[in-house]
Amino acid sequence: MAFPSLARTLIRDRTWSALVDLGVFAVILAAIYAILNTVHYWMGVVTPAAHISRSPSALPVYAFYSLVRMVVAYVLSLLFAVAYGYFAAYHRRVEAVMVAVLDILQSIPVLSFLPSVMLAMVSLFPGRQLGVELGSIVLIFTGQVWNMAFSFYSSLKSIPRELHEAAAIYRFSARQRFFELELPFGAIGLVWNSIVSMAGGWFFLMACEMFVLGNHDFRLPGLGSYLQVAAGAGDTRAILWGLAAMIAVIVLLDQLVWRPAIAWSEKFKFEQVESAADVSSPILHLLRNSSLIQWLRTRTAEPLWERCTTCQPDASVPPPKRSRVAAIAGYAIGALIVLAVPYGLVKAALMLKDLTRPDLVTTVEAAGATFLRVAASLAIASLWTIPAGVAIGFNPRLAKIAQPLAQIAASVPATALFPVVLLALVQLGGGLAVGSIVLMLLGTQWYILFNVIAGAMAIPTELREAAAVFRFSRAQRWRTVILPGIFPYLVTGLVTASGGAWNASIVAEYFHFQGKILTTFGLGAQISSATDSGNSNLLFLSTIVMAVLVVCVNRSVWRPLYRLAETRFRLET
Amino acid sequence: MTPPTEPIIEARAVEKFYGPKEAPIQVVAPTDLAIYPNEIVALLGPSGSGKSTLLRILSGLSSPSSGQVLWHGSPLAGPCPNVAIVFQSFALFPWLTVLENVEAPLKARGVNSTERTKRSLRILDAVGLDGFESAYPKELSGGMKQRVGFARALVVEPEVLFMDEPFSALDVLTAENLRNETLQLWENKKIPTRAIFLVTHNIEEAVSLADRVLVLGKNPGRIRTKFRVPIPRPRDRHDLRFLEAVDYIYRVLTQPDLIPTAAPELEPAAAGSPPARQKYPMLPHARPGGITGLVELLADRNCRDDIAHLADDLAFEIDDLLPIVEAASLLGFITVKEGDAELTEEGLAFAEADILRRKVLFRAAAESVPLIRQITRSLSSKADHSLSDEFFHDILDEHFSEEETKRQLETAVNWGRYAELFDYDAKTGRFYMPEEQPQPAPGEEVSTR
Repeated sequence: MAFPSLARTLIRDRTWSALVDLGVFAVILAAIYAILNTVHYWMGVVTPAAHISRSPSALPVYAFYSLVRMVVAYVLSLLFAVAYGYFAAYHRRVEAVMVAVLDILQSIPVLSFLPSVMLAMVSLFPGRQLGVELGSIVLIFTGQVWNMAFSFYSSLKSIPRELHEAAAIYRFSARQRFFELELPFGAIGLVWNSIVSMAGGWFFLMACEMFVLGNHDFRLPGLGSYLQVAAGAGDTRAILWGLAAMIAVIVLLDQLVWRPAIAWSEKFKFEQVESAADVSSPILHLLRNSSLIQWLRTRTAEPLWERCTTCQPDASVPPPKRSRVAAIAGYAIGALIVLAVPYGLVKAALMLKDLTRPDLVTTVEAAGATFLRVAASLAIASLWTIPAGVAIGFNPRLAKIAQPLAQIAASVPATALFPVVLLALVQLGGGLAVGSIVLMLLGTQWYILFNVIAGAMAIPTELREAAAVFRFSRAQRWRTVILPGIFPYLVTGLVTASGGAWNASIVAEYFHFQGKILTTFGLGAQISSATDSGNSNLLFLSTIVMAVLVVCVNRSVWRPLYRLAETRFRLET
Repeated sequence: MTPPTEPIIEARAVEKFYGPKEAPIQVVAPTDLAIYPNEIVALLGPSGSGKSTLLRILSGLSSPSSGQVLWHGSPLAGPCPNVAIVFQSFALFPWLTVLENVEAPLKARGVNSTERTKRSLRILDAVGLDGFESAYPKELSGGMKQRVGFARALVVEPEVLFMDEPFSALDVLTAENLRNETLQLWENKKIPTRAIFLVTHNIEEAVSLADRVLVLGKNPGRIRTKFRVPIPRPRDRHDLRFLEAVDYIYRVLTQPDLIPTAAPELEPAAAGSPPARQKYPMLPHARPGGITGLVELLADRNCRDDIAHLADDLAFEIDDLLPIVEAASLLGFITVKEGDAELTEEGLAFAEADILRRKVLFRAAAESVPLIRQITRSLSSKADHSLSDEFFHDILDEHFSEEETKRQLETAVNWGRYAELFDYDAKTGRFYMPEEQPQPAPGEEVSTR
């Protein structure tokens, strides 16, 4: 029975449960204060170029503001991703289009939209801080939403047929099906993609907290602007403080939010037998045992859940009227698209018409330069991460130490490190032409390293033993066992890394630093400088070129490699 | 038991097509079927006979391409109002506890939480899951999981209980245990269910549970024979009538072209439909190793044995054994008569040959198999003796579903490789002939070497 076991947990944990309750209560109080404070700040008069203090005592507030931007953007992303994925999965007529849209939006450099989004948001809320804040939130949102949407969509598509049939034969309402079948099935994918998205979000947050738009200087109080100001002033102490705060926030988030989330999502694993390796989270354990949380749950969450999943017997029959309204709305949207697309295309063509021939030539050349940089950064990253990753993966003891460290290193956004690296570069006298490759590396190498480690760990011991027994030479071992074994993982890592590198080029090739502009020839630099000078025609052209290039590389290089990884290099279990 | 005139569910000339509209593939030929109160109906057939498709049509989960399903005499749109399904894969929600899984269908009907829990606990008790309510499905054994599946199905008090191979994912003992318990619930009227519709590929299971057995044929799926099982329960597996029914089904299943007549001792319900024209000869999915094993086994048993007996000895279900029997008879190694398999001269020679000689015999036999012959001839008519798999894919595509086409080619590659007639390069997706082998000129009659 359920009751005795519940009573037992209460007795066992009574000794420290009260402390936990106090903690939870304190957190709630603090949260209320934080919300009030944020609202007050957002509704306040706009201060586009806030004065950024370099004092460490300002850091908690800055960290808080940055975090709020992240959280709001993340929640929006989550809602959008679920809605988009759901709609795409169940509307066959628009499914192909919606998936293609996702694919392309994923490849478009988000930072190109910075000026238009900012100006739109500022004019939407004139005189309010909210406008600028929303601008940065929307940018972060566009940076993190697509992979989540894609994940939820593909989860929905992979729900086993018999589960759908069970839901149908027992006449689940759409709501019950969503909460008891679809959302749980997609939960694991959503959690993991949330983590990736959040990391991406930090990257953009750093870039869009402080930027110049024509003659407007935008500065939002936050960790990103703090780091930039500190680096600009060459204040090493402040830089270190800033980085420490950044890492602290990331580690705390990891421990307080993502670990518990992963441990909790284990329950949604679709498996028939229990697996041995479980992720544990002390925080989740604490939360589960807090009697205050229990009390809150039985009073709020459980009745709400009940309301969400139960339905009235007749509610399962959909009113036929609604479907007609939906059909009409569908046609209206379709007609709108049919009319709007040609209009947009004509407008776009007109915009590009003003561009001169040299502009075009430069753009193509710049694209080539950035392409080479991206390739170089991938090559350099592979050169060190493959041997290191394999070494770590083959040595469980090393993996235990190295993996969490690498995880933290990876979650520090490259954009936060840019000012620091630039400072070093300036002191060493290196130019940005090579320096930008280093900057790209900062962000992308981790994806490859993680995947290689995972791949090396997945190679069955028997294969390695066979290589040892037959006395394979080192080269032979790499060629026949290790490289094919890690291949699928390596491809995954490279795809993610290449996407990251393209995006990073926009911030890596062009930088405001100590009152000067550091720049080098490249497509990313062209996008940034067009943003700065307000040359929207050139900005538009370069953005399109970059998007097309990314899509082309995806189609012609990564997709065939993926297919190869899925067929020939799959290690079947 | 004489069925009342009023069926609960009735299918009239239901037919199912899959695939593109221009070239649909018929999965189920027009079929009439009815489920009456107070009976257990078993739908029995080899894989690919459309039995799961029929179950889904009858339960309203999928609609027939043509024909009609009636629920108490009125046409059905969407799932039947009051039925339940027990699935082969259990189809439990792994993130819900046992209790929550059983409560979910009641939730859908808007039953309030106290009533829900009360009814669920009562049914969990009835299926022997008392004390497991707060466990998650993954913590349970297969048999326990299927009990949850039963509990979830029975908690809604369905008028018809559909079972889609409910015992086939379980081990033999667990399956037998659960079968008996299900029967007890039914016999003792512990559940308000008025009819059970069972889909299975296990012949003994069908005979031991059902009041009425329908045997399906494949390509396309159709009812080949149907009969009543007038044996009182509990049924003894050594009962003469039981054995006779099992034997009769084997006879029908092992001879796809036979127009079955009802077994004399069994009460025939009706004759089945005649076999559909064989559209394109299908390769049975058996590996050369399996065929060799069967031939050797028969050679050990004086060249002749009862197929039901063979299946029993090997602990094979018909789905495992039938393709092998079919393949061996297609190759001319055995003949099947009256449910017995008998070794031919070629078969005996094959059994006694060494590995290399076996390959030669297999090659000679395989060259008379349509698909193999077609591949060999097409390849030898090309100058470079190689062809893309798409070529054969397109030919088979017109006759089989996507999945079946792939399996046909896979089997052909298995046979072709063993016979050293041709090989397949997965990297380039091409069929080709090994270089060193002499090839017959195109059009020339293939001679046995």
